[in-house]
Amino acid sequence: MTPVAAKMKRGDSTDGGAASALGSRLSRIDGPAKIKGQARYGLEHHPANMAYAVIVQSTIPSGHIRAIDSKPAEAAPGVLLVITPDNVMPLKPITTWTGAPSSDKPYLALTREINFTGQHVAAVIAETFEQASEAAGLLRIDYEEKESIPSYDDPKSGAGNPLDAMAVAWGDAGRAFAEAPVRIEQTYRTPREYNVPIEPHGLVAEWQGDMLTVWEPSQWVNFMIHNYAEWYGLPDEKVRLISPYVGGGFGSKAFALGHGAIATMAAKMLNRPVKLAVTRPQTFTAFGGRPATRQTLSLGATKEGNLLSIVQKGANETSVDGVWVEPLASVTALMYATPNLSARQNIVPVNTVTPCALRAPGENPSAWGIECAIDELSYEVGIDPVAIRLLNYAEEDPHAKKPWSTRRLREAYEEGAKAFGWAKRNPKPRSMRDGHHLIGWGVAAGTYPVRRTAGEALVRIFADGRAEVASSGIDMGQGTYTILAQTAAEAIGMPVEQIEVKLGDSALPGAPVAGGSQLANLMTGAVHKAATAARDELIGLAINDPKSPFRELQANTLSIADGVISPPRGGESMSIAELLRRLGRDKIEVQRDTLPENANSAADKLATYNTITRMRSPTDGDYSLHAWCVHFIEVRVDEDFGTVRVSRVVSALDSGRLYNPKLAESQWKGGIIMGIGQALLEEGLVDPRQGRVINNNLGDYLIATNADIPDIEVISVGVPDFHASALGGKAVGELGIVGVAPAIANAVYHATGKRIRELPITLEKLLGD
Amino acid sequence: MRDFTYARAASVEDARRLAQQSGAMLLAGGTTLLDLAKCGVARPDHVVDITHLKGLDAIEVTREGAHLGALAKMSHVADDKAIRAEFPAVSEALWQAASAQLRNMATIGGNLMQRTRCAYFRDPNSFAACNKRQPGSGCAARGGITRNHAVLGTSSSCIATNPGDLAVALVAFDAIVHLGDRKVPVDDFFLLPGATPDREQAIEPGEVITAVSIPASAAARRSTYLKVRDRQSYEFAAASAAVGLDLEADGRTIRDIRVALGGVATKPWRAHAVEKALKGKTLEPETVMRASLLAMEGAIAQGDNHYKIDLAPRVIARAILKVGGLA
Ligand SMILES: Cc1cc2nc3c(=O)[nH]c(=O)nc-3n(C[C@H](O)[C@H](O)[C@H](O)COP(=O)(O)OP(=O)(O)OC[C@H]3O[C@@H](n4cnc5c(N)ncnc54)[C@H](O)[C@@H]3O)c2cc1C
Ligand code: SF4
Repeated sequence: MTPVAAKMKRGDSTDGGAASALGSRLSRIDGPAKIKGQARYGLEHHPANMAYAVIVQSTIPSGHIRAIDSKPAEAAPGVLLVITPDNVMPLKPITTWTGAPSSDKPYLALTREINFTGQHVAAVIAETFEQASEAAGLLRIDYEEKESIPSYDDPKSGAGNPLDAMAVAWGDAGRAFAEAPVRIEQTYRTPREYNVPIEPHGLVAEWQGDMLTVWEPSQWVNFMIHNYAEWYGLPDEKVRLISPYVGGGFGSKAFALGHGAIATMAAKMLNRPVKLAVTRPQTFTAFGGRPATRQTLSLGATKEGNLLSIVQKGANETSVDGVWVEPLASVTALMYATPNLSARQNIVPVNTVTPCALRAPGENPSAWGIECAIDELSYEVGIDPVAIRLLNYAEEDPHAKKPWSTRRLREAYEEGAKAFGWAKRNPKPRSMRDGHHLIGWGVAAGTYPVRRTAGEALVRIFADGRAEVASSGIDMGQGTYTILAQTAAEAIGMPVEQIEVKLGDSALPGAPVAGGSQLANLMTGAVHKAATAARDELIGLAINDPKSPFRELQANTLSIADGVISPPRGGESMSIAELLRRLGRDKIEVQRDTLPENANSAADKLATYNTITRMRSPTDGDYSLHAWCVHFIEVRVDEDFGTVRVSRVVSALDSGRLYNPKLAESQWKGGIIMGIGQALLEEGLVDPRQGRVINNNLGDYLIATNADIPDIEVISVGVPDFHASALGGKAVGELGIVGVAPAIANAVYHATGKRIRELPITLEKLLGD
Repeated sequence: MRDFTYARAASVEDARRLAQQSGAMLLAGGTTLLDLAKCGVARPDHVVDITHLKGLDAIEVTREGAHLGALAKMSHVADDKAIRAEFPAVSEALWQAASAQLRNMATIGGNLMQRTRCAYFRDPNSFAACNKRQPGSGCAARGGITRNHAVLGTSSSCIATNPGDLAVALVAFDAIVHLGDRKVPVDDFFLLPGATPDREQAIEPGEVITAVSIPASAAARRSTYLKVRDRQSYEFAAASAAVGLDLEADGRTIRDIRVALGGVATKPWRAHAVEKALKGKTLEPETVMRASLLAMEGAIAQGDNHYKIDLAPRVIARAILKVGGLA
């Protein structure tokens, strides 16, 4: 298969079925190892002589540690070391993921200054986990508490800091809104939400001389080793991070965090391997989740429903000692054609851990606002919610003023509506019921940008007929192993079972972050390039090498399929393995990257793999690149109890070409399931006085269970988009969650006549009149 | 590290003897004990394992009623054919409790002894004040997050909800807790917090629950357990009701009715006022709805949990109408 032929593929059944490697519904090749318990995760490594570290977190939201008495803990059985702000090893400042220096001061993983409840304040290292846990409870910490700001609803927090650089504006939105014949203005809110991957955070760290090995789940191996290396003033080669399997991250496993600093310094101080597993309750403050957000949206429109103006005033919480921006205008300024728009956002420092990325940061809460508001407008002007979206359809990117590369959103509305039966919908709220259940149908759209960073891959073809693909890129369950095997199989012309994929190890060729839904597109591009080069080299040898039986045919080229090389016009075929044996070669090895040819030095590679500075924006170039989706959702609301059950989901999604429809569908469905949990259940409950997340465990922080999830129908409406990526795919992983919560809220309105503008939609919000 | 002794009791007698040691705790399914030990709430000095004791896991249903051995698993009782036929509310309460994994481990005796899910109770590291954990230390929940706290049976010392489901059905049908030869009606077995919220059950050190018996009744045969919550599975009740109904031959006059409430009170809550108001009356929605409101007499909201006062009567009414064939 030539690359040109590969480009004609859509990634569904029209590609020609199972015989074709890329685009087939191959099950995850890492699945059996996981089911059999053979897949070893980071914390399952047990180097000899390993000690156990347990973290202690602050119990006040703000203030200062007057003194820590660690003597009783040090005297407890088995205790090897207690690390406190008094003896913490100062580490060197790092280069952050944005490429900027973190600070010019040393990094202290533990400080006496307390900025949030649950901040790490000490660690106890002992011979066993139980001994360390017990001793951790013996630390006597004397706090001096200061007044704290528990949330951005506290008047003390003020309005926060405006992010002028992120403001978006065109036309005169304020005036257009004021003069619009139809106006709606509402505030939409989302609570603090947490990543809660099933595999909790933690690591095993071991020093051998000045060489550090870390077994730790990672979404970004290269950045994390660079971070560890910088902390200890080492070159990157002196740190090895091994992360072959990741039990979910959702944005939370891309960085080396405080617990990583503590475990590695403990291992250094003790000169022993150290394991540190962050407990489930501790994970709620060992790193940040999605911040609380609020946005006031003012929509001005004509009586016919044409948008005249969108004004957005948004805010998200951040910490008092860090900055996190949850970009609330990302969908607002993209989804609809409007002649006037203004979007401004503040970040409000409060006493919390610095928030961080959680699946579709920005797009998710942004869509929550605009997709609820447009629904409200549809009722205000009496137009069907799908029709009003089509009426205001953006034919080009309204912000960047560039054409879309592909935007199959119209098709998504059409196909989704058809499959759902939307045409039968009576727009009147409370018009459908089944016994005690009020039934409602809601719709909302979503989008996620196509982010582009270069990558690199090593491909080896061995004399035994196998091939190997290697990259430090990772698989956290989304299917990297599988699609890269498919890509290499297709490019070389080998059975996919013969391809072994090695991932998640810093010793392998570099890769940027598995985040922003970019990894599949960039890695299939790099692997395709490397594998094609390996195949070309193989064919070159077959044609030219004196020992090759094909040499006499004097053909210009040969074809390879199913691991067998064949001459163009008949004649004897031969397996790849047989040819390499005859040539006396044990392997062919090719490494390729997809960096620009004029910028692929070693320094360029570091910048590409260790920061996001080389990530191209979706509007860099002639087109605006985005994936799109529409969710049609049915809910059943108990009229007496206010409980909401999602009973039907049909989503139509445009992610461009699908490299493996089964895996892409799983990602979409996973996003939709997470969206259902976000809409109905998820909320960090923070004690207003003490600042603790009191539901910091999986019994009390409610995520959706199987019982909460109906059958979900997903429909791919995408076509290959070669402006978006080398092989035609667009964003998949984060797309599915965007728009789910507003579709549910809109369905709840249709069912009950009540607008819930604050997530999650729990029963008490629907109980009253 | 805090050490504890571990002993496997050889017999119920032996278990009683071992359990008399100070700081001793029985270990059955372990789903509460291990959980609380991990939170730092339970700190036993002696763990007395009773899981292997013979003869304590029976499930027997006769004409007189049901006999559930203290070591019978929640899942086995839930799925028992005779229990499903004669005590549907008991089976349904168990099915809707916890998760499949927990139900497969947890026992009937342990279930009655589960502790509150009050987050402040469960986090001694962060919240020193908890009268249930440490008598006299105060109550961190007041003024905190109280969405799942009780509106009935609270005291100035504690507002924690009893979270169990099974016990609600047991209270409705006058079950008896067997502590060997001592027999305690289940309604008396659970204690109001009053000034001693640390004492939740009328069980003395050294006593072992051996069984729970439930007298047969027409109301138990025609019964249901309705549990309302945001998540469809693996969540404690926002409000729940166990209801049993016996109608006269006319099919509409209420001869006997049992109503108990869960998720809203400091103990499994028998709603006598609702029963009294409905006995002898005609089963019809209006009457049932009005009577159900009586369950909330004396209810006190604690901030976030006000919704329970609206919700609970609706749950009762729906459950009654459901067993009555009207919902
Ligand atoms: C995450 C989670 C969710 C849950 N959800 C629900 C729910 O929705 N509804 C619900 O009803 N329950 C729920 N539970 C509670 C669960 O049902 C109980 O943990 C379980 O029933 C306890 O039984 P066990 O055998 O495991 O008890 P153990 O943990 O072994 O013991 C519990 C306590 O009882 C004592 N004990 C045990 N057996 C005896 C005996 N024979 N005599 C005297 N004392 C004894 C022990 O000393 C201990 O103090 C949940 C639990 C968890 C952890
Ligand atoms: S409500 Fe009861 S259990 Fe909860 S903190 Fe107060 S005293 Fe303790």
